[in-house]
Amino acid sequence: MRFVDEYRDAGTAHALAARIAELCEPGRQYKLMEVCGGHTHTIYKHGLEDYLPEAVTLVHGPGCPVCVIPMGRVDDAMHLAAAPDVIMTSFGDMMRVPGSKGSFFDAKAQGTDIRMVYSPLDSLKIARQNPDKRVVFMAIGFETTAPSTAMTVLRAAAEGMENFSVFCNHVTIIPAIKAILDSPDLRLDGFIGPGHVSTVIGCRPYEFIAADYGKPVVVAGFEPLDILQSIYMLMLQLSEHRSEVENQYSRVVPWDGNPAALRAIGETMELRPYFEWRGLGFISHSALRMRPEYAAFDAELLFEVPGVRVADPKACQCGEVLKGVLKPWECKVFGTACTPETPIGTCMVSPEGACAAYYNYGRLTRTRVKEASRS
Amino acid sequence: MCLGIPGEVIEFLPDQPDLARVDVSGVRRVINVGLLADEPPEPGEWVLIHVGFALSKIDEEEAASALAFLEGIGQAYEDELAALAQSQID
Repeated sequence: MRFVDEYRDAGTAHALAARIAELCEPGRQYKLMEVCGGHTHTIYKHGLEDYLPEAVTLVHGPGCPVCVIPMGRVDDAMHLAAAPDVIMTSFGDMMRVPGSKGSFFDAKAQGTDIRMVYSPLDSLKIARQNPDKRVVFMAIGFETTAPSTAMTVLRAAAEGMENFSVFCNHVTIIPAIKAILDSPDLRLDGFIGPGHVSTVIGCRPYEFIAADYGKPVVVAGFEPLDILQSIYMLMLQLSEHRSEVENQYSRVVPWDGNPAALRAIGETMELRPYFEWRGLGFISHSALRMRPEYAAFDAELLFEVPGVRVADPKACQCGEVLKGVLKPWECKVFGTACTPETPIGTCMVSPEGACAAYYNYGRLTRTRVKEASRS
Repeated sequence: MCLGIPGEVIEFLPDQPDLARVDVSGVRRVINVGLLADEPPEPGEWVLIHVGFALSKIDEEEAASALAFLEGIGQAYEDELAALAQSQID
């Protein structure tokens, strides 16, 4: 509701909001999806929805890497971590994600050697320091973290390491957006494109959204004014019947992305035929695995991985939230059985998850909740 | 993990051109700059760091804005900084 400092001038925000309102066609409803969890966080924290006219609704997308990991993959990782002489390493975000038998934290408490690392390179260091152990890195994330895993594998190969491998769960954002566009559940008018993912992939991969689906895309920064500006740019395109890819975040995102990062991914990883996403189901060519040339670093080949599909808990509606069909507060267990302290679903685990972001900051947008409960 | 953290490049490690020492909110750590090999940063320039790798160069103003965003996030940024402080890339 209020901007906390001069970087986020409230006057400019209100001016942008007024211009957005002017662009609304009478009687038309607009649904815009912000793909990235970082944007979701900014929107809730600053109550940006309260600045927007009622005709404009923001729909929260699947761009939270922890949130889209299915339970079966968590179980697989825990099975792998329990193998003899294994040290499992993981980003902190992953530690509380529930599998069917608990989280990494639960397994660690029961004696499994799972260690939090900041970087895959820290995982490589643990492998160097423990030559008699087998160190597995739980690799998760979109194109923002995949290059780091790729560079680490290249380094491990150059050093001839034999006790380091990767359990690869990297996912790619474009097929997920396409799955949402093809989903009959939801009709969207435009996309606020992810910021950091685009520093790697650039803006070109979004062109099919504009060309084939006729929807505008604006790649956006993370400040409240960046997001309002991007919404304005989307609404301007819609009012002029244009559908193009525009880059509001050009101060960080180059149009062609980071070629060195894309080369590192391409050298070490290839697309899987399909991968299961929590809530979205199986999506073709939507995730990465190690290339055969790097099989020596592929934990899925080095260890037995059960690969059992596990259904989400019945009460959990993360799938609907990830697709933008439900708002977080419309889930039956939101804020009661499911809280950031005791998450049932992944959207409540990560600060980028829509449920956790809303739980932490939603109090700022009570009017919206009232509207939602009346409708 | 998904947070891009701004850091100021202090120096490159003499025998490892891929590694640089950076300053992140007063914490000095080594990161990998290999992904910027096409256009390497100079000492004094700012980069956006993801899980120990610099992914893009940014200017000082953008660094301040990114930092303001991160400080607003609160606990998650503190966790990320704590994790970075534990990091020992070499």
